[in-house]
Parts: sequence; C-alpha cells; structure tokens
Amino acid sequence: MSPHWQVNSIAELDLLLQTRIPYAALLGIRAHAGDDGEPLFLLPYQEANIGNVQLPALHGGVIGGFLENSAVMHLLWAREASELPKVVDFSIDYLRSGRPQDTWARCEIVRQGKRIANVLMSAWQDDPARPIAQARAHFLLA
Amino acid sequence: MWLPVSDPEFFARVSPWFMAMPHSRTLGLQLLAASRRKVVMGLPFREELIGNPLKRILHGGVVTSLIDTCSAASIYTLLDAVEAVATLDLRIDYLRPASPDATLYCEAECYRLTDNIAFTRATAYQDDPARPIAHGVATFARSPVPAAVAGAL
Repeated sequence: MSPHWQVNSIAELDLLLQTRIPYAALLGIRAHAGDDGEPLFLLPYQEANIGNVQLPALHGGVIGGFLENSAVMHLLWAREASELPKVVDFSIDYLRSGRPQDTWARCEIVRQGKRIANVLMSAWQDDPARPIAQARAHFLLA
Repeated sequence: MWLPVSDPEFFARVSPWFMAMPHSRTLGLQLLAASRRKVVMGLPFREELIGNPLKRILHGGVVTSLIDTCSAASIYTLLDAVEAVATLDLRIDYLRPASPDATLYCEAECYRLTDNIAFTRATAYQDDPARPIAHGVATFARSPVPAAVAGAL
C-alpha cells in the first residue's frame, strides 16, 4: 500500500474514504464538493449506525467518529499533512438527537502551525444552521 | 472500594439492551464487569476498525464509541429504573496509539450523579491499565422515558 496520503481532489478523497480507511468504509462515509468548493462529508443512514433503537437515534460514538474522520480528511485535502494526522484530543458537544437519516459535516481549520492543527467540525441533517453536534480537535501533523 | 451495582436485578435487565444497540454489535463490544459506579467493556481487535492501515492503528472514532458507550453504561449501575441518558459533551485525550491485534478495554466511572446530570470519566487501555490509550470525560443529561418504551425493556 502506498505510504503517501496526497490528495488532489475531492473525488480522490472520496475514493480514499471507501478504500483505504477501514473504519470510514464501515460507517459508509463519503466526500462531496460543497458550493464553496470545500469538502462536505456524508454519513449515509444505515441501521448499523443506530445507538438507541427506541427513539431511534444515531449512536453518539458514530457521530463523533464521523466528525473526527472528517477533520483528518479535511486536513489531507487542504494539504496541511502529507501523512495521516494523529488526533491529540477531541471534544464534542451533542446538540440534538441524530435522527435515522443522512448526516452531513464540514470542517474549518482554525489554526495551523508547523506541527499542530486546530480544527472545528459541525454535523447537521436537514439544516446547517441547526447542527446536531459540534466538535473541536487538535491534530499532530507528521 | 468495590460495591455491587445499586439494583442488580434492574442492571441485569437493562445491560443486554445497551449491548444490543446496533452500533455496539457492529463494533463487537462486550460487557466484562459492572460494580457500583463502574463498568468495564472490551472491544476485540478487528481489521474493519482500523483508521491507519499502514500502522494498523484503531481509528480514533472507535475509541470514542467505546468510551461513550461505556461511560453511559456506568450511569445505569446507580439507577433502579429505566431512564434516558443523552451525551451532552465528551472530551477525549489520545495518550498513545492502540496496538494492533490486542483487545481494547474501557473502564468508566460515573463519579457524580445529580437529579439532572451525570458526570463520568473513563480510561481506555490494552494490556496495562497503567499505560492508558485514551482518557475521556463526559456529561450526560438524564430524562424520563415514555412508559410505553420503559415497559418494553
């Protein structure tokens, strides 16, 4: 397997998610181009991602993993890392229950130094202005 | 000090429910021990849970799911009736990468329970609890569940 994580387009990022990151493939994560040209990440609804069956609601850990993975992919896309960034810490606020439907995410690199990047992530379902979760994380760039 | 869960009959009834959550089954989570305030879960290594294929390191999201589920479960060791606990926030420090092919364990503790909020802390480790892979703290909102849902459990 190539040790390189260079990504030249969102289409390449989408392929990488499906073929090279087993956990991202397990969750079914995909990448699309947003209107602004930045990547939008999609967590398609699947029954395996449910936590609470009674509500039903997406598993909080799935939403967290989705956002964390989105941040790693966003850093690769923005070419802030030539190897897979390593997560140092991750903090998530759950704002609304994740209903059994598709979930979207976008990321923002808040600050990027030589070795450390700070990234904000937001996840929503119908309306980006009504996020179901927001997260922030630090990554070590190899 | 080790104490039994607050209501063993209730915990025996409710624990299969959260272990049967679709995503718990997808990950392969196992409930290994429960005592008053504390729960230990195990997650056997599987290739599908890898985040870095070159080094075969578990994805951080897997660690997040394990800590979230184990932390929520620890609250039920203090309860005697069904209620909903929703994660408000969760913060995880990733202390060292998880080694491939080894089971990842999580010990979570609900160290403070109020009428509305549960406060938890958790440690994930592999062979040696003194060399944790990750540390997590979380808060949960407690809320009643509809009688129909409670009756189904």
